[in-house]
Amino acid sequence: MSLMTEIAILVLAAFVGFEVISKVPTTLHTPLMSQTNAIHGIVMLGGLIVLGYADDPLEYVIGTIAVAFGAINIVGGFMVTDRMLGMFSKKPKPKAEDK
Amino acid sequence: MTLLAVLKPGGDAATALYIVAFSLFIIGLKRGTHPTSAKQGNMIAAAGMAVAVVTTLLLDGMGNWGLIIIGLAAGSAIGAIASVRVQMTEMPQMVALYNGVGGGAVALIAWSELRHGISIGGDIPLEELIPTLLAAVIGSVSFWGSNIAFAKLQDLIPTRPLAVPGQQVINGVLLVGIVAACVDIAVNNGDPSQALFIGILIAAAILGNLVVLPIGGADMPVVISLLNAFTGLSAAAAGFALDNVALIVAGTLVGSSGTILTLEMATAMNRSVSNILFSGFGGAPAGGGGGSGEERPHTSIGAQDAAIKLAYADSVVVVPGYGLAVAQAQHAIKEVADELEKRGVTVSYAIHPVAGRMPGHMNVLLAEADVPYEQLKEMEEINPEMPRTSVAVVVGANDVTNPAAKNDPDSPIAGMPIIEVSEANEVIVIKRSLSPGFAGIDNDLFYEANTSMLFDDAKKAAADIAAEIQNL
Repeated sequence: MSLMTEIAILVLAAFVGFEVISKVPTTLHTPLMSQTNAIHGIVMLGGLIVLGYADDPLEYVIGTIAVAFGAINIVGGFMVTDRMLGMFSKKPKPKAEDK
Repeated sequence: MTLLAVLKPGGDAATALYIVAFSLFIIGLKRGTHPTSAKQGNMIAAAGMAVAVVTTLLLDGMGNWGLIIIGLAAGSAIGAIASVRVQMTEMPQMVALYNGVGGGAVALIAWSELRHGISIGGDIPLEELIPTLLAAVIGSVSFWGSNIAFAKLQDLIPTRPLAVPGQQVINGVLLVGIVAACVDIAVNNGDPSQALFIGILIAAAILGNLVVLPIGGADMPVVISLLNAFTGLSAAAAGFALDNVALIVAGTLVGSSGTILTLEMATAMNRSVSNILFSGFGGAPAGGGGGSGEERPHTSIGAQDAAIKLAYADSVVVVPGYGLAVAQAQHAIKEVADELEKRGVTVSYAIHPVAGRMPGHMNVLLAEADVPYEQLKEMEEINPEMPRTSVAVVVGANDVTNPAAKNDPDSPIAGMPIIEVSEANEVIVIKRSLSPGFAGIDNDLFYEANTSMLFDDAKKAAADIAAEIQNL
């Protein structure tokens, strides 16, 4: 991918991000933050690539820590978000029963 | 083709799967407008992550499976245990910690990318090297800044601003040094100095510490949001370095979210982001404007009087602040609300954007106490209702209810958006004393004719009121 293509993607993603996220009510901002934390765990891909192609001891260490950090982000982030959102919708309203 | 299709790194198949992954992230976030749909949205985003991770694991030539499994297992176990155990009052710490490990991962990846580039030999292309440097700096700053924020929130270090003499100068020197070192590495891209790169990581680490240390506890919502934005940007930078479209898009989404939250928090506190970062108001010595001198006249009541006022009201608005969370009073308040609802009183909760230690924190605490989502009102939504409210109950909130923000142009909090409780027919403030809040100024609300003060611990007061209402 050329640099300019990548920049175009970045700019478009920023607009999409602003558009989508400004619709989230302030009431749900804490779960939003923990969910974006989990999405940030995408950096684990970088860690996996580094570790998967590593061939010296220092890189083994760096890569393993990076993968572990990323996994904390992903697993912890999605799980805690689910737990929190469960609290908001714990009491099923008689009228709005959605599946 | 073998049983397992192996994907070419950077090939069309891998990229296509990454596109699927980030599309699922966007769909997931888009569902975040209501708790029920947000729960599905979270699952959808998690599915996107699974696609991205599996795609990466299937890349051709991947090895070191033992270490990959160790890293995945260790990280997943830590994350899972932490997410189950964490108390809702501790969410800000947890998010700070996640910001930190995310930033740390990026810094490590950047370092490894540089080593990789050096080992290949020849000039490292600048379009790879510059994002690598950016990722290293932003990642290291957010790792250390987040750790300090975590330590402050966890009370491991004092939450009051800790300033080093000559702070701004040191920060400036560090920043210039980092930029100069980055330029040196970029210019010598044929043989960049790894020692210099490590120096950059360390300088950025010190900068992260120095920037967050002087920020007071009350400003934490802004700091956490800002660090969230930073980690997002660092991931996007790593995406440029690794030519990975999933990282670019996901990182940018997180960056946008963090930026929106930072700006919203700053607006809610009536301060600019740079003011928060570069001046230590967030913990201004509380002795300042208020208290010590003259005792202004105020009305003090007991739990029984409060119970009577509430029980015979038409509508009650509860205004919770962080003091409520500190006292763990959310369940007791919910009991009061239940008693009132039995008597046909309408109850709602007015949540100021900075009530709590991170954006939206108070809502989570109340949701944990089973307060229905429909009763949680945002500030803009509740203020027009205030003149029609019989009784407003302020629990553990202070500055965000101070009418001086509206009426006194000379007040330090002039212009700060507040919950206009003084518009209600009657106000009950549950508080230990008349002491000022974070802003260090007297709250005019306490001395207004329609305000009654109930001096007690929030949890005990709420429990007493609930019992009194039952006895009526």
